[in-house]
Amino acid sequence: MSYLRISELTVNIAGTSTRLLRDVSLTVQAGEVHGLVGESGAGKSMIGKAVLGTLPRAIEIVSGAIELDGADLLKLSPAEHRKRLGQSCALIPQDPLTALNPSRRIGPQITDRLTDILGWDAKRARDRANELLEEVQIPDPQRVLRSYPHELSGGMRQRILIASAFAAEPKLIVADEPTTALDVTVQKQILKLIKDMQQRHDTALLFVTHDLGVVSKICQSLSVLYAGMVVEATGVRSFFREPAHAYSRALLAATPKYTDPEASLTPVPEEVIAAVKAEVDAADAGSRHG
Amino acid sequence: MLDGRSQIRRKIGLRLWLSGGWLLILVLAAVFAPLLSPHGPLEQDLFLGRMPPFWVAGAEPGYYLGTDSLGRDVLTRIIYGARVALIVALVAGSITALVGSTLGLLAGYLRGWVDVVISRLIDIWMAFPPVLFSILLIAVLGPGLVSIIIAIVVIDWTRFARVVRAEAMAQGAMDYPASAQIAGRTRISTMIVEILPNVLPTIVVLLTLEMGIAVIVEAILSFVNLSISTDDPTWGGMISEGRTSIHQAWWIMVFPLITLFLTVLSFSQFGEGLKDRFDPVLR
Repeated sequence: MSYLRISELTVNIAGTSTRLLRDVSLTVQAGEVHGLVGESGAGKSMIGKAVLGTLPRAIEIVSGAIELDGADLLKLSPAEHRKRLGQSCALIPQDPLTALNPSRRIGPQITDRLTDILGWDAKRARDRANELLEEVQIPDPQRVLRSYPHELSGGMRQRILIASAFAAEPKLIVADEPTTALDVTVQKQILKLIKDMQQRHDTALLFVTHDLGVVSKICQSLSVLYAGMVVEATGVRSFFREPAHAYSRALLAATPKYTDPEASLTPVPEEVIAAVKAEVDAADAGSRHG
Repeated sequence: MLDGRSQIRRKIGLRLWLSGGWLLILVLAAVFAPLLSPHGPLEQDLFLGRMPPFWVAGAEPGYYLGTDSLGRDVLTRIIYGARVALIVALVAGSITALVGSTLGLLAGYLRGWVDVVISRLIDIWMAFPPVLFSILLIAVLGPGLVSIIIAIVVIDWTRFARVVRAEAMAQGAMDYPASAQIAGRTRISTMIVEILPNVLPTIVVLLTLEMGIAVIVEAILSFVNLSISTDDPTWGGMISEGRTSIHQAWWIMVFPLITLFLTVLSFSQFGEGLKDRFDPVLR
């Protein structure tokens, strides 16, 4: 059954008719990894933020629904929304350097959620944090829990954020380009770690990335976005075997081939871009008349 | 795998020692003024007017920094003046920091209409010329220590509000407050637990600067005779009195001036030193 169902979500810059997301619909099954791919500015992260309720104030949701386990998040009161999200969702952020509070120790930053939302006592939460850090292969967890973020490396911080995301056994985690800010050698380890954790905890993952290589390694299904519109939503196998949309095909062709370092990069052809743009315009015109 | 970053321990710099040392001397002088002063602050001896400091020929023994035109001991009056200066620095500085930072934090983190209201208020406030504004305020409130403190708070809160607002905005745009909210924190609780500790180093630096400024403002108001009663010794009042006889007796004006200068400088250097030492990002 689908755990997260977004239906016809439309998002504007507040007070204007500038569309950022156009009738986005997608579903994530319980325990499934769903990729969100597209160019910069296509609205990938925007969808993640809409789900987690962290859209900037300048952006407003015009219409649509975000159902989490059957309940429409957009219709909940702020207090209920906060509680529901805290219990069942988490974020693995893009930049591990700004995602931990620099002036608080690591320990409380992981256990906050456990004590505040789940009502655990401090000792139990501390033990759990310790256990989680061991699970993400951090040596000497006791010491790390007492450290400040600036004392740790980027890779370590990303491991801590992953541990923290899984702390309350959420049903859904939004991973917003979790490997982009890391260097290539660490990227692979972190990706493997996320995949292992996801499988062990049977968590659904909404995986935002622009890297199709990453998608092929971790996702079961994906949605391809262009200008805030889902141009193709399909399973990963069928996507790589026979992408249905011309833009998807062009995107796949644009992926650099590591086997041939001499080959020049293939950009997405102009006519494909023009065709998708026309499609977007048509959808806009349709929604305005309808 | 903790890297070397955690091993770095900064030494307390010379700057912190010197400025802290001077401020400590001032605090001690203010607290133990009656014990330290060679004379009474209001004790006059008209036969001993305008006596030079001890190393100049013709100095009167026991009056180390000379006497003013009414024969009062300059050193004693500087020591007693430290009381007013420090009370104004601490009380006015802290209240200004509290008011300004609170408004700045609210505006910078909550944004929206709160920000609009507070930011416009800051803009309007800063259009008033500060010295005239404070003179006007004192004229309305009447002279006195409390009036000076109120005047400083009313004029200078914008200094904190502007900077703290910008800092809170920058912190608010990072990922950690968003993460905290996903983990179930309310906006107000995020502001206090997550944002405030990270703008605190900025507030501390501003506070020490503000203490220096408060001392100067008090001196300026004393200079134009709008501070506390003219009997009580203040550095500004002494500078003002010394100005009239600068050609005959330079020491009446120069010693309080040096004290004032060192104090204001120490406050700002102390703040910078603290920042270097306690900012988690710089550390």
